[in-house]
Amino acid sequence: MLSIKNLQAAIGDKQILKGINLEIKPGEVHAIMGPNGSGKSTLASVLAGREDYEVTGGEVEFNGKNLLELAPEERAGEGLFLAFQYPVEIPGVSNTNFLKAAVNSVRKYRGEEPLDAVHFLKLIKEKMKLVNMDQALLNRSLNEGFSGGEKKRNEIFQMAVLEPKLAILDETDSGLDIDALRIVANGVNTLRNKDNGILVITHYQRLLDYIVPDYVHVLYKGRIVRSGTKELALELEEKGYDWIKAEVETENASSATVNP
Amino acid sequence: MGKTHLKSLALAYLEAKPPQSDIQKHAAELFRSLDIPTTKNEEWKYLNLKNIASRAYTFANGNASNIAAAIAKPFVEAYDEQNANVLVFVNGVYIPALSRVVTPESDLKISNLSEAKSKYAAEFGKHFGKYANDEHHIFAALNTAADAEGAFIYVPNNKTVEAPVILHYIASAEAGDVLVQTRNLFVVGTSAQLTLVEHYNSTEQANHSLTNMVTEVFVGGNARFDHYKIQNEANTSSHIGFTQTWQLQDSYYANTTVSLSGEIVRNNLHIAIDGQNCEAFMNGLYVLDGNTVVDNHTVADHRQPHSHSNELYKGLLDGKSHAVFNGKIFVRQDAQKTNAFQSNKNILLSPDANVDTKPQLEIWADDVKCSHGCTVGALDEELLFYLCTRGINEETARALLMLAFAEDVLERIQVKSVREYVEKIIAARLKMDI
Repeated sequence: MLSIKNLQAAIGDKQILKGINLEIKPGEVHAIMGPNGSGKSTLASVLAGREDYEVTGGEVEFNGKNLLELAPEERAGEGLFLAFQYPVEIPGVSNTNFLKAAVNSVRKYRGEEPLDAVHFLKLIKEKMKLVNMDQALLNRSLNEGFSGGEKKRNEIFQMAVLEPKLAILDETDSGLDIDALRIVANGVNTLRNKDNGILVITHYQRLLDYIVPDYVHVLYKGRIVRSGTKELALELEEKGYDWIKAEVETENASSATVNP
Repeated sequence: MGKTHLKSLALAYLEAKPPQSDIQKHAAELFRSLDIPTTKNEEWKYLNLKNIASRAYTFANGNASNIAAAIAKPFVEAYDEQNANVLVFVNGVYIPALSRVVTPESDLKISNLSEAKSKYAAEFGKHFGKYANDEHHIFAALNTAADAEGAFIYVPNNKTVEAPVILHYIASAEAGDVLVQTRNLFVVGTSAQLTLVEHYNSTEQANHSLTNMVTEVFVGGNARFDHYKIQNEANTSSHIGFTQTWQLQDSYYANTTVSLSGEIVRNNLHIAIDGQNCEAFMNGLYVLDGNTVVDNHTVADHRQPHSHSNELYKGLLDGKSHAVFNGKIFVRQDAQKTNAFQSNKNILLSPDANVDTKPQLEIWADDVKCSHGCTVGALDEELLFYLCTRGINEETARALLMLAFAEDVLERIQVKSVREYVEKIIAARLKMDI
């Protein structure tokens, strides 16, 4: 469903993604790990369509469409969802009104009738249970004064409501206590099925105990330098990132001597 | 410099319809002595009146035309709450067919102003022309001198008027450029309570209209008055408004002024706080695009100790629109223990929009708390991106953020039906389709 080929992206003069290749098929959960500054969040941002980044090369196909040509709202309409690392607060926009606008915008994009108030509320009620979302939070302004855990839970709640084909979780686990982490992971696992893909971006292996990935990739200096199964994550947990950094530097050095 | 067209026309009008009362004669004298202000006048520095003062207006106040009711109907029907007192004016002419009164006369004396002059002669005589007597405002002087028509609202002592009063003023320039003079007198007696909306609108038209309105407000001791002014005229319509409020002790007065469109809109809102323990709120919202210019000049005049004023004006500017905010706070020597706060916040949605904002504090008392602040910024791109990633298109996302920015002004509207009405007008103005 998602096919990334040699994706390169820069911010200003700084090249951050230097040729990413990644293929996600329906039903698969991929995890991307890597040290700080390796380009993990940039990848998430580029896929969601953030304008700060300039795509300098490569291609991304999503559901047979050229993803990079679509506006962020069109990507959402196609079924892409990004759970933000830092969800924004929007005072004055109520969570409920925001969700209604989102749901009906996506439905409109897909050529479906907008949900009326009754059906919308039914949908909300059903999804609230998934992430133990408090009704009081729904009536408040979007994320305004929410705790870190509440914000992340709200991201997963939005994901549940919008039912994306591909969900990208950008460090959704960072800063969560174990209870919040379980709730978030449980929400994700409930939505996991044979038709959906999930891309989990994380700095810590712990999340992968709860959302078990089919594949693990290591991103370093803008490239995927290792791919494997969930055992790779455990190895990283045990040894840290330094051994991978060292190996990659050695490879680069030797390839430089072989192909001057 | 020769007289502007507008002044010459007005002088001719006053010749043909000479002022009757002493108040009007005085106003006519004042009018003759003043000039239509240019941008050299500090109070009108950012508002160029040249175009609107040079047109060949017909003075509209006169007989109702047959089409008047038809013109006003859609505007009136937009507020569909039945439990409300509604008066409708088209080009300064009262339209009884579209008006209705639901509150008994024992609780609310309500009529068009010209009728009130005789019907409620005592109340009218006691208050008319006693407050809006700014010696420098030529438009207010003309309004007083020229027998302008509008609403008379009088709430007797100790009466609470539950049903809001909704006043619609529709300008129509279908027969050529027209000058509409509107005059209101709102009196809320001791321990009385009132909610009232002034709604100014006009038909889409090629010709120009200019509304010159004056509203006098008296808020008696321990009274409460929630006062809204919504202006949403066509872009060939201009509006010069002067509202003077006089507050006595222990009273509460909240004014919310919403300006949404027009050619040139000037709102003067002056509140004299002439009693202890008063609360005065000035809430303002302007949402502008095209070439609209909106100029808000406000005055909070603290004349007595222990009162509180709080002002929040917010603006959203698109296209080549221009907003002016000038907020004066006077704290006189006797007005110790005054709390006076002022804030003006603006968002520019286009590189061609601009804002001139100027706080002006004059404080003669020494034991007071006063503050002011203003900001000019842009819509937060990060918030916009977030909304778009949830499938919301950019136009709707912008409208949502604009509405959110307006929210802390709108949330101060207490009466639900009034709030929904104002939100509906703003949502339509923002072309919200959610």
